Order: sequence, then C-alpha cells, then structure tokens
Amino acid sequence: MNTLSNPGDFSPQADPWQELRALTEARIALGRTGGSVTTAEVLDFRMAHAAARDAVLTPFDPGALAREIHTLGAPTLPVTSAALTRAHYLQRPDQGRRLSAASRAALTDFALVQPPVDLVIIVADGLSTQALRQVRPLLAVLWPALQEAGWSVAPVVIASQGRVALQDEIGEILRARLSLMLLGERPGLDSADSLGAYFTWAPRVGRTDAERNCLSNIRAAGLPPAAAAARLMDLLTRARRLEISGTALKDETPAPVLPSTQE
Amino acid sequence: MIYRTSTGRHGYRFPDLATLLAKASPARSGDDLAGLSAANAAERAAAQVCLADVPLTQFLEEPLIPPEKDEVSRLILEQHQPAAFQAVAGLTVGQFRDWLLRYETDGPVLARLAPGLTPEMAAAVSKLMRQQDLILVASKVRKITRFRNTLGGPGTLAVRLQPNHPADDPRGIAASIVDGLMYGCGDAVIGINPATDSPASYHELAGLMDRLIQEYRIPTQSCVLAHVTTALRAMEEGAPVDLVFQSIAGTEAANSSFGISLALLKEARDAALSLGRVPAGGQVMYFETGQGSCLSAGAHHGIDQQTLEARAYAVAREFDPLLVNTVVGFIGPEYLFDGKQIIRAGLEDHFCGKLLGLPMGCDVCYTNHAEADQDDMDSLLTLLGTAGCNFIMGVPGAADVMLGYQSTSFHDSHYLRQLLGLRPAPEFAAWLETMGIMQDGLRLLPAPEGHALVAPQLAALAAGGVELQPLPA
Repeated sequence: MNTLSNPGDFSPQADPWQELRALTEARIALGRTGGSVTTAEVLDFRMAHAAARDAVLTPFDPGALAREIHTLGAPTLPVTSAALTRAHYLQRPDQGRRLSAASRAALTDFALVQPPVDLVIIVADGLSTQALRQVRPLLAVLWPALQEAGWSVAPVVIASQGRVALQDEIGEILRARLSLMLLGERPGLDSADSLGAYFTWAPRVGRTDAERNCLSNIRAAGLPPAAAAARLMDLLTRARRLEISGTALKDETPAPVLPSTQE
Repeated sequence: MIYRTSTGRHGYRFPDLATLLAKASPARSGDDLAGLSAANAAERAAAQVCLADVPLTQFLEEPLIPPEKDEVSRLILEQHQPAAFQAVAGLTVGQFRDWLLRYETDGPVLARLAPGLTPEMAAAVSKLMRQQDLILVASKVRKITRFRNTLGGPGTLAVRLQPNHPADDPRGIAASIVDGLMYGCGDAVIGINPATDSPASYHELAGLMDRLIQEYRIPTQSCVLAHVTTALRAMEEGAPVDLVFQSIAGTEAANSSFGISLALLKEARDAALSLGRVPAGGQVMYFETGQGSCLSAGAHHGIDQQTLEARAYAVAREFDPLLVNTVVGFIGPEYLFDGKQIIRAGLEDHFCGKLLGLPMGCDVCYTNHAEADQDDMDSLLTLLGTAGCNFIMGVPGAADVMLGYQSTSFHDSHYLRQLLGLRPAPEFAAWLETMGIMQDGLRLLPAPEGHALVAPQLAALAAGGVELQPLPA
C-alpha cells in the first residue's frame, strides 16, 4: 500500500480492494490523492466524456450508412425530421418526432406506388452516431431472416435527427403493419455506442411509449447485434401474430426491462 | 387578472398569473419547449418588474390550476396557515425578496414562516432573485430530520450512497456500497435505483442493505428506489423497508402519469411507520423531483417548470420526508440546456424547498447530451455547499453505470468537506471514526489491507464462483 510517509513520494493512495472491480463496471477503488481523484482518473474520465460528447455531436453521414446497408442487398430511402440542426434537435424533441415537410411529401409520393407492407425498418442517428456501427451487423442477420420468413419489408428508411416516435409517422405513411426503429441511445460515460431498437404495431402519429417494445444496450459489450437481431425476429414474429405491441407483449418476454434512455 | 407594466416605449400585458410567472422565469429550454417563455430578454425583464409589484395575497386569490381539477392545488390551499403567513401578508413579491435578505430574517423566523407560504410565492420570489440571494437565504434555514442518524444539522453535509448496477447484481452493488462506505459516504441513505421494478428484486436489495447495516451497526438507513406500489407490496410481504421512495411532481395529472396519488403516498407512509423501524418522531419518506417532469408527462397546465417544481414540494411536505432530492440535470437538455441553466435550477430548487421547510438535497448531475461537464457540476456543488444543502449523491467515480448519467462522486464530497469544513451526520461520523475510515469527520484515513468492511468481500471473491455471498448474512 502506498503511503505518503516519504516526503518525496507523491504517489496517490491506492485502495486495497482493487479486486472488487471484477464485480461491477462502476468506477470503484479509484484511489485518491488527499480526498480527491488522482490525475490518472481525471484524465480517464475526460477521455470517456469526450467519447460520449463526440457520439452525440459527430455529424451523421446518411450516405455512408446507406452504402453499408446496400451491401446487404437492402434498398434505402433517406428522410429528415423537422429538426434541422443538432442544437434544434437536442432542444425540440417534438420536432425530432415528425418528418420535415419535404420528406413527408417524398415519402407520401413513394407510398402511392408501393403496396402496404408487413414491416418498415427505420435507422436514425438519435443521440449517438457512433451507435450506428451496430446497424450493419444487426441487419446482416435480421434482413435475410425476414426475407426467408416471407415478410414484405419496405426499403430501410434512413432518418436524420430522428427520435423514437418518428417511426409512427413513417409507418403510417408507408402503411406498414409494424415499424421498427433502430437508433443511437443517449450515451453513457462508458457506453457511447449503444443502439436501441423500438417497434410498434399499427404505427400512427400519437402512439405512446407504452405501446412500443424496446431492446436497449445493443453493443458488443452489452447485447451483441447478432443476438439482438435474433431476439427482434422472435419478438416481431409474435407481435405480427398477436397483432399487438407494448406492455401486453412485453409481459410474455423474458427480456429485462431496462429504463428507456431515449424517449 | 390581467397584469400590465410599461418600460418607456413598450407596454407589456400578461393575461394571468401563470403567464406572468412563466415570462418572468430566467431562460431555460423547457419553457421554450412548452412555448411559455418570454419572447425576448426585454419581455422577461418587464415580467419581472411586473411580478415584483404583485401582492403575495394574490397567489391565494388566483390559483394557477382550478382546485376542483387538481388535488395538488387543493393541498396547497389546505396547507396554507394564515397565522404563519401574517409576517409577510402585506408584502409584494419584490418587497418579500427584500424582507428575506434582512439581517433580522433568520433561520427561526423563516421556519415559522414556512407553513404560511405557498409554493407559488416561493417560486415567484426566486424569479426575482440573483443566485447569491438564493444561496444566502437558503443558508439561513436548517431542516433537521432523523432516522438512524441526524441529518441536516449545522456544519454537516450528508451523502446518499448510490451503488447502482445495470443488472441489479447483488455482488456488484455490494462492491459499490463497500467502496462508498470506505470513502465515508452513505449517511443520508444507501439508496439503490433498481434496474427492474419487481417485488423480487426489491426484496433482495432491501435484504442486502439491511444485513449490511445490522452486521456493521451502521447508523444509516436504506432505500430501494422502486415505485411506491412495489414498496407497499414488499412491506406486506415482510421486506425490511427503511425508507419508502417515490418520484413526485407538481400537478395531479403528472402524479397520475407516475401512477401515484396523495392517498397512495399516505398509505405508503403509514405502512412504513407501522413497521416500527424508525424511532418515534423520525421520517420515513424519500422523494425525488426535478424541473420538467410535468411537461414531460404532458401535464403542465401552461405553468412554467420552475413553479411546477416548487408545487411538488407541497406534495413532499405533506408527508414529512427524511430526504427530498431534486435530480436537477437528469432530464436532459430539452428542459435544462446547459451548465448555466442546470446551476440556476439547482439553486432555485434548493432555495424553494428550504423556504417551504424541506430537507433539501440535490443530485448535481448532467447527461451526455447536455452542454455541461464536470466543471459545471463543481460550480453547482460548491454553491450548494455554501447554501447549506442537506445532502448530495455519492456515485462511484461520478458515473452511474445503470442510469447512464454523471453525478457527484465520493471524492467530490471530500472536496466539499475540506473546503467548507462540513462533516457527516454526527452518528455516522462517530461510526466512521470507530471503523478507522475517517478522522474528525473531515479526513480519510489510510485504508489498511484486510479492513473489516473489505476483507469479507475479498475473501468471498477469492473463494470464487456462484457461492459468493453479497455480504455476511
């Protein structure tokens, strides 16, 4: 154990319970200098916070994401929400839940020449563009599974500055029986790339969060994307069969109920 | 009633008290989101000028929500004690600010006044106050509460130990609890936010904390921050419940969206008291609040978020809580955009709560999508320390791995203790001394290998595998 008995020794006080760190991701046994955090911990925290901030503020590149999705053989449709800047998006959640006028018109035109579908998948930046790295591995499992099971699926809609409820308007316009929104969750300090998945039976504007189901913490260190895809396939299949989503469906699902980090 | 003022070239008109209060509120994103805020800085200043001339009695005559439509409004009117109000009954809001800042207006005077004030009066005067006013007046008020220790005494600062784990893993939670106790934290409460709001999980976590508190004779109390109905069921089933937790808000509709009512809170408090775990005269409720919750629930009735927050304190004081915690920056930037707004809101909440007679603490916190960082939290923490805040959060390394936000750390409490000479609750400070953890309530002692709190944990970990016990049973 370090002590400061030697006046030339400025080593921080280590905590003799380091091993307990194996039990939790929480930042325990950090040690101290005086009663304060050590330089190493101050810098480690800054690194983590910087990653989380960058996850929120890094501009979304919908074109790059579309190209990734095209490699799976899935077509895409770009839209934007009514929140046109990042600052606007962060302060006006209501605008992130609605399409821009231009996107609404474009999607409505598209729906005129498109039959109703079983499902529309929407991918949105949400609060972490870094989370979108989970999208391709997730769709690499989910997209072929849907094709094999005979689902009719709309092109993947790629939405900029989108919130969860944007799936309602998109699903309604495209006459989808189910909408599935994949979007970046509010980043935690040590989980900046966490993706959330929310799906809604009979999407239409005004649905509440109680009418949706959610899988959260989709990332390598949480619920891995391929495993999330399998869970989603199962849940979506049951939702389509029972024609329901939300709390009624969740009761039958053994998935843990995690607090929503993105409304 | 219509409120008017003019500033030379411009005349301003505010159709009712709710509008006037909203337009007089210091800027914040939540009021913008609700479409309630002043159109510009001049209108905000004019509204403050106008508000300063409103007699305090007007708040009794013009309820912001019709009482017949809202049980919180009825409660506010029922709580109002005219005799206590008499001291300030002849004052306007502006005069009230001056009165609060007088040398003669000391702690006992403010304590006698509290039952005479309505939340709207507190909110109104806060809108005219600068941050130094909010700090100075709040610092005059001490609110002391008791369970297994005495919280809120002069020269003290308590810490809620918040050992959350994303999967409610008892071993992970126990590790964070031990860490916090070894850092001298946990006198306000050891309080776990469960990841799953289920009776089974409630039982397990309450049992874990109860065993720990008994084994080491820790003069503190525990709480599982589950829904009040979960606590009620757990109490019926015999769980060792010290404090009952609930999030509360300032309108009946918002509380309904939380699945609660005043009657339900009363039932829960009665149940907790009947367990006989709290000494006579002690408190058993732990409430959390935060600006923006009513708007978030679509239940704001056109009232600004700071006034609604103060109304939540009327709900809190009805149930004589041990702790009231404003979780100021948790809600996100759509309600409090940046560090400046979070700091102002934290000081307003602490002030209004103290003025209304509550044992106020603050979760000094922010989310990663807010324009804020640890420097902002240091500022608010320091200001609240000088304002006499009863308690703060202690989260390992300031990062909550379950709720995904940043709060204050165990280390942060030692910063404030050193800076301002603030000690833990006296009973807890004595226990820390006995355990060789802290000296004089101000300085951490070197932790020896094999400390009594740590050794069983490490031994269990070394034994390995599923046999690991969370804590000595």
